[in-house]
Amino acid sequence: MELSQKTIHEINDLLEKKEVTVTEVTQSVVDRIAAVENKTAAYLNLQTEEALRAAGVIDEKLGEQKKRTPLEGIPYALKDNMCTQGILTTCASKMLYNFNPPYNAHVYDRLIEEGGILLGKTNMDEFAMGSSTENSAYKITHNPWDLNKVPGGSSGGSAVAVAADTAFYTLGSDTGGSIRQPASFCGVVGMKPTYGLVSRYGLVAFASSLDQIGPFTKDVEDCALVLNAIIGHDPKDSTSLNLEKKDYTQTLKQGVKGMKIGVAQAFFGEGLQPEVRKSLEDAIAVYKAMGAEIVDVSFQYLDYALSAYYMISSAEASSNLARYDGIRYGYRAEEYDGLVDLYKKTRSQGFGEEVKRRIMLGTYALSSGYYDAYYKKAMQVRTLIKDDFNQVFDGCDVLLTPTAPTTAFGIGEKTSNPLEMYLTDIYTVPVNIAGIPGISIPCGLDNNGMPIGMQLLGPILSEETLLKVAWAFENEKGLKNLKAPLETEV
Amino acid sequence: MEYEMVIGMEIHVELGTKTKIFCSCPTEFGQDENTHTCPVCLGMPGVLPVLNEKVVEYATRAGLALNCEIAHFSKMDRKNYFYPDLPKAYQTSQFDLPICTGGVVEIEVDGMKKDIGITRIHIEEDAGKLLHESAEGTLVDVNRCGVPLVEIVTEPDMRSAEEARVFAEKVRNILEYTGVSDCKMQEGSMRFDVNLSMREKGATVLGTRTEMKNLNSFRALVRAVQYESKRQIIELKKGHKIIQETRKWDDTKGVSSSLRSKEEAQDYRYFPEPDLVPIVIEKEYIEKIKSELPELPEAKKQRYIDEYKLPEYDAGVLTASGVTARFFEEAVSLYDEAKQISNWIMVEIPPLLKEKELTMENIPIKPAQLAELLKLVKDGVINGTSGKEVLKEMFNSGKNPDEIVKEQGLSQVSDTGELEAIIEKIVADNPKSLEDIGAGNEKAYGFLTGQVMKATKGKANPQVANKIIRDVVAKHLG
Amino acid sequence: MSLTREDVTYVANLARLEFSPDEVTALVDKMGAVLDYAQTLSELDTSAVKATEHVLAVQNVFREDVPKPCLTNEQALANAPESEAGCFKVPRVME
Repeated sequence: MELSQKTIHEINDLLEKKEVTVTEVTQSVVDRIAAVENKTAAYLNLQTEEALRAAGVIDEKLGEQKKRTPLEGIPYALKDNMCTQGILTTCASKMLYNFNPPYNAHVYDRLIEEGGILLGKTNMDEFAMGSSTENSAYKITHNPWDLNKVPGGSSGGSAVAVAADTAFYTLGSDTGGSIRQPASFCGVVGMKPTYGLVSRYGLVAFASSLDQIGPFTKDVEDCALVLNAIIGHDPKDSTSLNLEKKDYTQTLKQGVKGMKIGVAQAFFGEGLQPEVRKSLEDAIAVYKAMGAEIVDVSFQYLDYALSAYYMISSAEASSNLARYDGIRYGYRAEEYDGLVDLYKKTRSQGFGEEVKRRIMLGTYALSSGYYDAYYKKAMQVRTLIKDDFNQVFDGCDVLLTPTAPTTAFGIGEKTSNPLEMYLTDIYTVPVNIAGIPGISIPCGLDNNGMPIGMQLLGPILSEETLLKVAWAFENEKGLKNLKAPLETEV
Repeated sequence: MEYEMVIGMEIHVELGTKTKIFCSCPTEFGQDENTHTCPVCLGMPGVLPVLNEKVVEYATRAGLALNCEIAHFSKMDRKNYFYPDLPKAYQTSQFDLPICTGGVVEIEVDGMKKDIGITRIHIEEDAGKLLHESAEGTLVDVNRCGVPLVEIVTEPDMRSAEEARVFAEKVRNILEYTGVSDCKMQEGSMRFDVNLSMREKGATVLGTRTEMKNLNSFRALVRAVQYESKRQIIELKKGHKIIQETRKWDDTKGVSSSLRSKEEAQDYRYFPEPDLVPIVIEKEYIEKIKSELPELPEAKKQRYIDEYKLPEYDAGVLTASGVTARFFEEAVSLYDEAKQISNWIMVEIPPLLKEKELTMENIPIKPAQLAELLKLVKDGVINGTSGKEVLKEMFNSGKNPDEIVKEQGLSQVSDTGELEAIIEKIVADNPKSLEDIGAGNEKAYGFLTGQVMKATKGKANPQVANKIIRDVVAKHLG
Repeated sequence: MSLTREDVTYVANLARLEFSPDEVTALVDKMGAVLDYAQTLSELDTSAVKATEHVLAVQNVFREDVPKPCLTNEQALANAPESEAGCFKVPRVME
């Protein structure tokens, strides 16, 4: 097995024993990128030379010091909506084609402190709006399990980089499923933490009250390691929680015996691919066999979550994306007649179709006469959905659901019908509405050999429990050894 | 038909915090363009606001000083519109739950007291500045973006330009006293928007109003109100309807003109700011701020009357601005002659300030220097006339009064020995006067005094000189 | 409530976007579909339900009033499409 295919904790063991160097580890990923990136197109921007240089520096440092931190010298990548000083941050939009931020996202600063090695910035749906990464202004990212299929979105590049072993871990952002759904489509672990657990400072905002940064990793233990590094209070983010930091690896392997795992019919309705249903039923049986109690739970308002989500997220986006006006940074139209025309031409040319559609939708939902019917209504429904989850978690520790109704669909299959595309998020959006954490882990393959994802949800700040429940399944089923059948040319 | 004007006001006041409302950039005025900015106030992608705690404190203080209720729960909202001075394309402000509501300010015009209602006070951020507007383009300076403001909204309770002026001055005075703002009009720290409508006297329904924005002096406020009320009356008398619009006041030309109605009706799409959490103010906090409030103008005025035995007029003038009151109080703490200090502050200082185009805010002398000067006058070291000269020189050079007195040799001659010699000589040289006095003509004393003053170039202490003259004359007449 | 071309044009202007007639047609269709879908929300009686603005009950997050270093003028303008005399430049604002 190539070094690049290993997990973080496996690499950590080798580094501990001084069997490999950080440079060797980094070189293996750089080689892997050279071999497969032309097929997967996960990256928008590569920093491989800088990464190798940084690896050399860390090797020197590690020669002298005894203790290394768990992510020190581990190569990773960031979704291109996280600001990196000195490195372009484009959000996969023409609007920010040349934007070089004079500041870092909080998570990037954290990973610099941890000694992480940045490999590059990954492709995404423009401004994180989409479910297939097809809305990137720059390139189409391909699912390594089948290059004709989408990787999911919006953090498709980050999911693919981990699935194709072109990064040991990546960060994505999840506003309505943008980490969990691509994790599911690409057969990797993806987690959306509780809202407020990870600082949003320097994450280019899509929908402020829903956005949350989280990790993509090759297995659950790696997920705990990365989460350990990126959580924590940030005084620059008013919505960041001020809590004592946890070490999620401590409780990871405690098992699920006696735990209550909820299953709700609402997540197993129409439109669910039969193999996904079957795979989830198998997973339930696995948990039962491990000594967990399976309980039926029910929701009252879940059907309304998707509508509420599109109203809230679009409304916030319409305001968050108003700053792209061609004045202080980014794209400016070449020809315009006066100020208003400058705004209109710049914005109409700089934004892609889906982004404009959401801005329009959100502006409409906030506009005079429609605010109460759409935006305010959605914010009230948000309360109902939050209460719904609270009541469900009174009866169980975690909730087990499919991550998406289907496995990855074909490139171009859903681009003409936005509503159909939106429906692929139906199981993930309620989680962002309620602010609770969720994790997607692989639980099987469909008849075409495409990965199926299982979603585990818990109440606010139940990350410890979710990781524990996820690890137990992964450990029992051994799915982490399944690799995307990506042929490499040497 | 007799018309009555109805005026409501919105007053924007920049708070005197050290840093901006949502980021740590300094708020200093008059710096080079775009040197007081950061990713947050530049509205760069992905940055987040964090509310300055002093903004909440100052807004609470202002609210209490203007007799408002302080909201237990308030929140920030976004007001969305595009303009080059607004980097995020939304202004972070407060919409339906402002921090203060329901205040009142008592004003007095022509001896009549009247309450002006304060509807609300909310906190928000200032916008940037547009410079060098020309056909070629406009330049944008972001330094002012994010400077904290309170917006004070009144009820439509004012009925004349005079009431509007008195109210505005009173609010300025109160805010300056409480230390929430320096209220420097010339730096735009305080701006008035006036909503004005006319109605038939006695009517209860309000007429259609117009709004004049960004009046930045009391004079502009008064003139704009006078102009606009006249304009509306003329329109109404012609049978025209008043159009609800925003009008621009041109202070140089002394006219207002319609700002071309914007392309669309204002649709600001206010919604709760998701990046900022609610502000919850407990009773204890309010009590603490209340206990720290400085003495407000009304109370101070009364105290000046009681404690310093000043006439009501003096007390009123001295307390009309916090700066003047502070100057007076410091001087009086060093030199316990309140009425004398008051006279000099009210009579002698204003013309000197005017001449140098200064105000009490940047007066070049210190209260201690004035106290010292007045002591010299009181002790007879210099006379009153010289005192005024010294004050003028203090304004010019900034030197201390004793220094000036010494340099210019202004101190009065009170040395009896020196004066006796001079007077002996004068009496000896003027036998006619001695004769006259002997004959009972008291007026001749005046002549002798005049001669003494002439001989000493006016520096003789008049009381001392007079006594010696009488002594010498008596001796001669024996 | 069906979305009209006029609605789309009005909203486009608010959002400072412009669309060709064909794009307006497509938007009436696609935005309309999403709005129709969102109409299901009106089935719920929410008259007694408080809106959730923040999922977590965090309040009173403040910053100390202490100045920190700013960007230099060059840094502030580094990304600007057009600048002059230390300022961002835009077309004439007043018409």
